Amino acid sequence: MSEPQVFDRIRDEIAKHDVLLFMKGTPVFPQCGFSAAVVEVLSELGVKFHGINILTDPDLRQGIKEFSQWPTIPQLYVKGEFVGGCDIIREMFETGELGQLMKEKGVTLAAAA
Amino acid sequence: MPMAAEDIIRLIKEGIPGAEVEIEDLAGDGDHYAATVISTAFAGKSKIQQHQMVYGALGGRMGGVLHALKLTTMAQRP
Repeated sequence: MSEPQVFDRIRDEIAKHDVLLFMKGTPVFPQCGFSAAVVEVLSELGVKFHGINILTDPDLRQGIKEFSQWPTIPQLYVKGEFVGGCDIIREMFETGELGQLMKEKGVTLAAAA
Repeated sequence: MPMAAEDIIRLIKEGIPGAEVEIEDLAGDGDHYAATVISTAFAGKSKIQQHQMVYGALGGRMGGVLHALKLTTMAQRP
């Protein structure tokens, strides 16, 4: 079975953005509590990220679930690696693992205010 | 369509034999749950793999009929 065409687009986006969040709504106006929670964590860490609103793109909405083999949105990618969804991101933030991972991957964190 | 907590527990236990499953109905609407799954099958696996095992046990219901399941997985009780 050939893979969906949307996979190429997903790979392209992941390659373009060091920190990429597939989400419902936009970073400024998240349309789901789970997406909002991840935006909040990333903002708290001071990480610059790119958000892709999957609600406006049905192909992408289905495609990203198959691509990551993960059934839910949001999904966070850091330097090409799938890090997790809302629960994992929140847990990693609380334990400090997420900040550690960003540093290991060479992602710049803004100094804590 | 909401899903009963007992069904979620049953599916997870069928998919991950020997797992301990605790579930909480967060909103009381049968649609927003928090589940803690404890199984030695998680040992040595990443968080992503652990959650994927639970999603696998739920057989495609996650993100479908099951809208919200806050998931915590661990290999043993802390």
